[in-house]
Amino acid sequence: MDADTAAISITGLKVLRGKNLVLPGLDLLVPRGEVVGLLGPSGCGKSTLMRAIVGTQIISGGDVKVLGDTAGSAALRHRVGYMTQEASIYDDLPVAANLNYFAKILGAPPAQVAEIIERTDLGSEAKSLAADLSGGQRSRLSLAIALLGSPELLVLDEPTVGLDPVLRVALWELFAQLAAEGTTLLVSSHVMDEATRCDRLILMREGQVIAQETPGSLLERTGTDNAEDAFLALIRGAQEPGSDTPHVPKHRAGSEEP
Amino acid sequence: MSVARTLATTARVLNQVRHDHRTLGLLLLVPALLVGLVAWIFTDTPVFGQIGPAMIALFPFIVMFLVTSIATLRERRSGTLERLLSLPLGKADFILGYALAFGLLAIVQTAIAVGFAVWVCGLDVGGNLGLLFAVAIVDALLGTSLGLLASAFARSEFQVVQFMPAFVFPQVLLGGIFLPRDQLPEALEKIGDWLPLSHAIDALNAVARDDQDAGYIWLRIGFIAAWILAAIVVGSMTLRRRTP
Repeated sequence: MDADTAAISITGLKVLRGKNLVLPGLDLLVPRGEVVGLLGPSGCGKSTLMRAIVGTQIISGGDVKVLGDTAGSAALRHRVGYMTQEASIYDDLPVAANLNYFAKILGAPPAQVAEIIERTDLGSEAKSLAADLSGGQRSRLSLAIALLGSPELLVLDEPTVGLDPVLRVALWELFAQLAAEGTTLLVSSHVMDEATRCDRLILMREGQVIAQETPGSLLERTGTDNAEDAFLALIRGAQEPGSDTPHVPKHRAGSEEP
Repeated sequence: MSVARTLATTARVLNQVRHDHRTLGLLLLVPALLVGLVAWIFTDTPVFGQIGPAMIALFPFIVMFLVTSIATLRERRSGTLERLLSLPLGKADFILGYALAFGLLAIVQTAIAVGFAVWVCGLDVGGNLGLLFAVAIVDALLGTSLGLLASAFARSEFQVVQFMPAFVFPQVLLGGIFLPRDQLPEALEKIGDWLPLSHAIDALNAVARDDQDAGYIWLRIGFIAAWILAAIVVGSMTLRRRTP
């Protein structure tokens, strides 16, 4: 896999927000057609990385290539679907009207709207105002908009946060289905137990990628049985080179920096 | 730029307003009611006849400025603007889409305000009533386009609300309502002569008094239209796809 065949290829990405160096020089290679989990504590730079990939983030250095083109270039605006962390929807429009508008902007076939409403299980809310939806439904509407136009790459920022477990499972099944159809999905989460649902994991901490591999090889390498412990093992391993049998402290990794 | 995407944006904005009945009511009726209030205050005096045309310039202009600037700012805050700018929507499509939607609302609003001033409050219009409508509508469109420009500059609701006094009040003060412009200190008179609201007030006064020819009116409409165009162009250039 090289920069041209990869879905996302990043070298030396630097992002400065205010005086904070949020991403101090990040390298990443994401293959096509997989569900890739971007995991890490809140504040580690996941959303900033995603915005850089979509091309809405001002970057101060480095090279971000998406589907062979420079991130944010006009050619990519049809090919990349983006779901922000907060639901980006029009509260004063019904569900179907929200989708119809974005479908027109993308030039997506009108029939696709009904199909996506079905796929995201919003059928019974199609005529409701977005303002009247529950948190989970809002997030699904935001996801539904990202699916319009069948993008080759979906960048989804915490799509499963706050959803009930049944819906979460359903969404991960939808992601796997989309990947099977050839879509690349980059899905962020700060919930580590979602890691096992991904084909590949990217673990981030303090603006750095600390691991990129399949869930199986990550667990095997760290000798742990879940992603949370693997994450801690990696951090401890980085701090104390040579200590390969970490004990696991009972606090959450990372801090809530802005 | 794409006509289809611009019109889709216009339809979407109008659809949003349609779902908010109170906003629609306020938007369409408040300028007319304010004109009515001024007429009522000066019931037994000839004052309304003198300042009525200026009021028709003032109220729709201010209301359209506020509504437009806050509507686009809301789009920025809700994240839908960031989403739209990651899609194949041109920046000009976005600004023009808004300008058309609020322009249409401005036309209806102004028609109601002018109709109310003339037929209910008894504003005496010496000249061509069609020209009065034309000037009033261009003036409300000016409010819309300056509102778009202000919200392209502003980064928060706080800033937008403060752009109101900054963009609007100097135009009101220097437009000749408080003191005819030729009695202002020379520097202020010069500035006032370049501000678009002054020309809307001049044109509306001229139509009401019927003391100028149509060319005088059209020249002023053209001057305001140039401001509208400039505000829309600068507004779409200020919009950024990438943000910090």
